[in-house]
Amino acid sequence: MTVTEQAGPAAPEAAHGDGHGHVTNTGLSNEKLAMWTFLGSECLLFGALISAYFLYRGKSTSGPTPEEIYDIPFTSVSSFVLLMSSLTMVLALAAIQRGDHRRLRVWLMATALLGATFIAGQVYEFTSFIREGLTIKTNLFGSSFFVLTGFHGVHVTLGIVMLLSLWNLSLRGKLPREKSEVVEIAGLYWHFVDVVWIVIFTVIYLIPT
Amino acid sequence: MTTVLEPTIDTPAGPADSGLLRRPTNPKGAWSWITTVDHKRIGIMYGVTAFVFFLLGGIEALLIRVQLAKPNGTVLSAEAYNQIFTMHGTTMVFLVVMPMSAAFFNYLAPLQIGARDVAFPRLNAFSFWAFLFGGLFLYSSFLLGGAPNGGWFGYAPNTSITFSPGYNIDFWIFGLQILGIASTVGAVNLIVTMLNMRAPGMTLMRMPVFTWMTLVSSFLILFAMPVITVALFLLMFDRNFGSNFFNPAAGGDPVLWQHLFWLFGHPEVYILILPAMGMVSEILPTFARKPLFGYPVIVFSGIAIGFMGWGVWVHHMFSVGLGPVAVSAFSVSTMFIAVPTGVKIFNWVATVWRGSLRFTTPMLFALGFIAMFTIGGLSGVTHSVSPHDRQQTDTYYVVAHFHYVLFGGALFGIMGGIYYWWPKIFGYLLDERWGKVNFWTWLVGFNLTFAPMHILGLRGMPRRIYTYDDSLGLAALNMMATVGSFVIAVSTMIFMYNVWYSTKRRRIPAGDDPWDARTLEWATASPPPDYNFKEVPVVHSVDDFWHQKYTEDDEGRLIRIDGGKPGPSTADVAFRAAAAAAVDGNGTGGDGAPPAPPVQTAHELGIHMPSPSYYPLLAALSLPILGYGMMYGRSSGSHYVVAGLGAVLLFASIYAWGMEPSAEPEEPHGHDGHDGEPALVGAGPQAELGAGDGADGPAGDGEGSDESPGTGNGEAGA
Repeated sequence: MTVTEQAGPAAPEAAHGDGHGHVTNTGLSNEKLAMWTFLGSECLLFGALISAYFLYRGKSTSGPTPEEIYDIPFTSVSSFVLLMSSLTMVLALAAIQRGDHRRLRVWLMATALLGATFIAGQVYEFTSFIREGLTIKTNLFGSSFFVLTGFHGVHVTLGIVMLLSLWNLSLRGKLPREKSEVVEIAGLYWHFVDVVWIVIFTVIYLIPT
Repeated sequence: MTTVLEPTIDTPAGPADSGLLRRPTNPKGAWSWITTVDHKRIGIMYGVTAFVFFLLGGIEALLIRVQLAKPNGTVLSAEAYNQIFTMHGTTMVFLVVMPMSAAFFNYLAPLQIGARDVAFPRLNAFSFWAFLFGGLFLYSSFLLGGAPNGGWFGYAPNTSITFSPGYNIDFWIFGLQILGIASTVGAVNLIVTMLNMRAPGMTLMRMPVFTWMTLVSSFLILFAMPVITVALFLLMFDRNFGSNFFNPAAGGDPVLWQHLFWLFGHPEVYILILPAMGMVSEILPTFARKPLFGYPVIVFSGIAIGFMGWGVWVHHMFSVGLGPVAVSAFSVSTMFIAVPTGVKIFNWVATVWRGSLRFTTPMLFALGFIAMFTIGGLSGVTHSVSPHDRQQTDTYYVVAHFHYVLFGGALFGIMGGIYYWWPKIFGYLLDERWGKVNFWTWLVGFNLTFAPMHILGLRGMPRRIYTYDDSLGLAALNMMATVGSFVIAVSTMIFMYNVWYSTKRRRIPAGDDPWDARTLEWATASPPPDYNFKEVPVVHSVDDFWHQKYTEDDEGRLIRIDGGKPGPSTADVAFRAAAAAAVDGNGTGGDGAPPAPPVQTAHELGIHMPSPSYYPLLAALSLPILGYGMMYGRSSGSHYVVAGLGAVLLFASIYAWGMEPSAEPEEPHGHDGHDGEPALVGAGPQAELGAGDGADGPAGDGEGSDESPGTGNGEAGA
């Protein structure tokens, strides 16, 4: 038994551990398919949270209400910042696929900073809401608002950790061009979190109660 | 065992000592099991652990039955009774049937598709450890002030801080979150394995039915778990941080809990039963010596159940008062889901019809499954009739129904699976005579316990009451059920005796293919070598292994291709006969058996397998620490520091995991010097491999550590 015999056109064991460059049944590497699968599960997580928010819209028995407290222009700006980070994420992937590692790091860092700006905006929003008298305990709106946006904020934060880890790997020369798929997979997660924000933003800020 | 521990740790690590901890290298001893990433060993650990929890859940069941044996029972207090029935339900669902199925998923799915391991071997180990620690976390409640007592469904606001101020419910919340992580991670892993790692020619529609049902179940787990994760989080925020999700005083809606729970809970029912359906679909054709009747129909019925299982959850809530439209719609969908289930039952019956049947123990359990599951399915259809259901809600009729499905269905299937695959997994057969005693006592005990509950329920005996009055006339049937439960206990002991007897007293080697079976796992040795298949099989049809053994003559009669008679291969028969003779002759068991052909190691064959690792264990260990910290944080904020430490451990271990390559590079062989196209695992440039994993690691880490254990860690690389 030699390696050559085993490296058949669809040798499945080839995909252990690193799926890069190997033929799998679906054509997707194991890592990428796992990310897609995981994101499918995440859809239900956010779906359930958004449903809970929807159920309790306008059901609070006391104030403050969303109309009294939202600063929609401010949130629109921070949403725009988050959406722009998807663009820089795409540019980061394009850079590593070209083998341009300097630009890869520039765009990874830009994406992380845009994400951090969004989180900073969220922290500011949370603190100003709390100052105005809305906490998780105040009413149904407070409970469902903080839990839904909080879950999303944690997801963005994890994405930032992921991006900074990639940046660090690249700086240490451990993220060669052949591994560009790692950036792509991190990008899948990042774009997913962005798309979820579009839904959340629409549901909680734009649709009137 | 302890003597092996030390050398394992102290052995100077081989190449690429990249992580914080030296890579475990010893292939034997306790540490080799603790650090293993072999899907077969992980499967065995799942099975053993689930069996231990089965014994615990069984003891709880016996306590319930002893309490109810006579009117006005005094064995348990009302509070103790609440804890016992809650833990019985939670144990049997999350710690027995699900992990027992996971044991078979892990062991069999890669073998049945001709793969060498799962897609992410270390993630697989993590799933197991998270399951074990989640179970221990739940059971630690008995020692730390009281077990969960709100039922396995944990209806809010009964479980809110106002009505359940103790920590009982918190053990349940965080225990289930940990178990949810284990199942979700496992599901991602198995889905990727089955979609991506099938042997050449193993198209989806050639996959064995068990693997198909594993796939459907895994998708159900993938999508159902996040829903209960959210429900548990909302309850946690209510209990720990004062939010109002289930607080009626602030306008919170208790029905939200019920919707979220049953939107998870009903797919969960199919998560529990589909694997058993898969096992039965493997056992019946083997012992009927006929192909499975309507293979594609069975597969599509399974998929249909997987989809329709999402549209019936409200039948758990018919008495809530959701209005005629909702109730009618879900009545219809519930009747409708009986169709694919019925299709499967008819297919199984047609498989057995006019087959040349061999009534082995696994076959008996499979036939028992069909009969008992049909009864449970029919009483299920009666629930879809909502006026009837409203009469039966919260009575013993419901208890009878779901035990016929989960015990008569899932556990009969699993027992059949254990008898059927035992020889493959351990290399020797379980004794057939004791196996048959096991089956008949199991069947009789089961019916004696649960059949009377139909009548008890129809007479109006409510569930979850810890005692009842003599004047209600329920005493005789309750006593009958209690006697039955002890027959089941005896049957379980017979099973354990059989395992001991077959291992120590009369060990009959199985050979590769003791049942003359049809699927790929029987094509390799028993037990299979760590690399599963010497050469990756090439598949040409459904039941490919059968077609390698048999062809038909002009009149359609079966002919063995190797020239022998139909039945287990002549080599296997001779092997077993000689072994049995040796056992009978000297009574010493397996030692007298003819030696099995020497199994070559993966190294000798040049097959590069993933290496063991400490990090999955460490990452999983952080979860209960997080859970305890979060739980006790309510009484004193300083306990959140403990949760923080758990998060740091999780973060650190997943980061180190990510930096550790999936497989250590071996010393260069003559034939795998070409770095560019690694044909086998880990033969590629290792530094890059590490880099790739590292990037994914932190994401998975934070997920679990902070806010969403139910879905976290899914992307943690390999």
